[in-house]
Amino acid sequence: MKKVKDFLKKASDLFDKVKYKLSHNVVFRSDFEYWTFFNVLKIRVTNKRRQAVIGVSFIFIWIVGYLIFALYPMMYSLYLSFFKVRLAGADIVMSGVGIDNYKAAFLYDPYFVEILIEYVVEMILNVPITIVFALIIAMLINQDIKGKGAWRTVFFLPVIITTGPVIQELMVQGATTLPSIQEYEVIDIVLDNLNSALANPIQALFDTILLVLWFTGIQILIFLAGLQKIDREIYEASMIDGAGPWESFWKITLPSIMPLVSVVIIYTVVSMSVFGLNEVIIYIRNVMLGESTVGTLTTGYGYSAALAWIYFIVMVLLILLFVGAVNIKRRSRR
Amino acid sequence: MSRVISYVKESIHLLKEKEYQQFGMKMKRLLIGMKFTDGLLYHILVYALLFALGYIYLYPMLYMVTGSFMTMEDIIDVAVKWIPSTLNFENYRIVIEEINYFDALLDAIYLAGVPAISATVSSALIGYGFARFDFPFKKILFVLMIMTFIVPPQITMLPMFRMYSQYDLLGSIKAFLYPAILGQGLNGAIFILIFYQFFRMIPKSLIESAELDGATPLKIFTKIIVPLAVPSIIIVFLFSFVWYYNETYLSGLYLRGSSLLTLPLRVEQYITNFTSIYPEGSRARELMQAVKLAGNVLTLLPLLVLYFFTQRYFVESIDKTGITGE
Repeated sequence: MKKVKDFLKKASDLFDKVKYKLSHNVVFRSDFEYWTFFNVLKIRVTNKRRQAVIGVSFIFIWIVGYLIFALYPMMYSLYLSFFKVRLAGADIVMSGVGIDNYKAAFLYDPYFVEILIEYVVEMILNVPITIVFALIIAMLINQDIKGKGAWRTVFFLPVIITTGPVIQELMVQGATTLPSIQEYEVIDIVLDNLNSALANPIQALFDTILLVLWFTGIQILIFLAGLQKIDREIYEASMIDGAGPWESFWKITLPSIMPLVSVVIIYTVVSMSVFGLNEVIIYIRNVMLGESTVGTLTTGYGYSAALAWIYFIVMVLLILLFVGAVNIKRRSRR
Repeated sequence: MSRVISYVKESIHLLKEKEYQQFGMKMKRLLIGMKFTDGLLYHILVYALLFALGYIYLYPMLYMVTGSFMTMEDIIDVAVKWIPSTLNFENYRIVIEEINYFDALLDAIYLAGVPAISATVSSALIGYGFARFDFPFKKILFVLMIMTFIVPPQITMLPMFRMYSQYDLLGSIKAFLYPAILGQGLNGAIFILIFYQFFRMIPKSLIESAELDGATPLKIFTKIIVPLAVPSIIIVFLFSFVWYYNETYLSGLYLRGSSLLTLPLRVEQYITNFTSIYPEGSRARELMQAVKLAGNVLTLLPLLVLYFFTQRYFVESIDKTGITGE
């Protein structure tokens, strides 16, 4: 024990020495008033500057990580998207094609636009449903119900399971569609009375309703946290003024969790878009791995980079659309 | 006389009507309550909804668990839909033996745990930097940080892959560890955001008083901030662990062909190897379904165990950890 203490003391002494050397040398000298670089450049130490330096040193690892693992790959793939890229052994052979990759995606590719439109329609249907269900479930388990803990355990299960090939396996085996819904042919009646453009997405929706619901784990968490922050007294006050549960939902609950809706939208769109079973993702991956020919264009890394960027832009547009829609509603209500 | 009788009759009638009214009031009170939300009807509605939704949420789990116990006869037999005729652990035995389950599990825990710990530490540091200090371009950096969450991995996948292969990081845990250390791990932005929200709730006066007593920024962080942030740390670690554990898209790319694999990938690999031996529609394929389900159950089991032990952190600490991100 004593040895350990001695060792720690020695170590901290050493650290102090190193610290002193680091802050008192020719290149950089720090005292109470000035930071001096090379004995020439003197910077007055203000509280603000000190805070800035400490702050930047805290996030320094993030800046390094961002440059290496985010900015560089993004820029590189943007650069690649303007080339035709072939792998020749370990080297890559590139030839510039300008914006042909992007053109090809829209003009010559027989699948991409179709899948992309399907994806957009699906998102426009699924995202609001996910959010509404998440809100309903969050409100249900926020009440005084029996076995609160057990219910919450059940509804947070998706957090654990939605990711990974397990869901894929279940999807293949048909466990993500509810047989009981399909047995009662209600959907068929509804579908027969609609034209196919509207009916197909609805059909797909019922097929994947479980999957959609299973995306609600984190969203329920976020909504639940928001609901718990609402002051009970506001509800009591509104009750005394004669507001029923219906009014208090629209006038109190919804406005107070509205800021969270944007967060939930972003999360939902992103998690659904990068989900491994997404059609577009699978297509991009296939294009990247297999060098098949699409029209006049050889696919490969360059082309798949272009597709990924188009996909990314569509995703951002979708997020903006949803967030914008929510916020316009909010403003008009005020 | 007749007038008296009619009077009595009338009064009885009135009395009955009053009783009826009272009874009606009582029923109404019972069904709807004082403000609807405390009435019987409302409770029935709430529980009906809960059970319906709970069924939907549990359905795949039930399907998976019951299916994994089925023998080949059960799968073929149409009469057996939910409850297997015998409780057989044969499917589990096959999977456990074939993929060397316990070694694979240790590998998977190592693969998920180490990056998760480093991601937790780094995102706590970064979140504190963003929450507590002002520096130039802070807002821009913050927006960039959130943008990293939105960028789909397909964009960065190829350059990263090339980079990793150049520096020989493929097929080892380093491919996940280095980004995690630098705050760019799986969903790193969310964790930074959680810590950011939490650290902003800590009163400034607490930190200022420590500063007056001469504590250095690092000491403040380790001695004051970290002990306060324990619920956030736990929830971030759990989420990070679960996400790393379940990750297959990137790990399929970076770890392909190496002996170190995540558990889901290993199960998947085993099953594709196995199914390719047998032709489509053969009986062995049918049995494979049950084996697959058993494999899935075994993949999820560690997470479920973890979840049941820690679910109160998931559930209770949400309002303490600032996960809301407003």
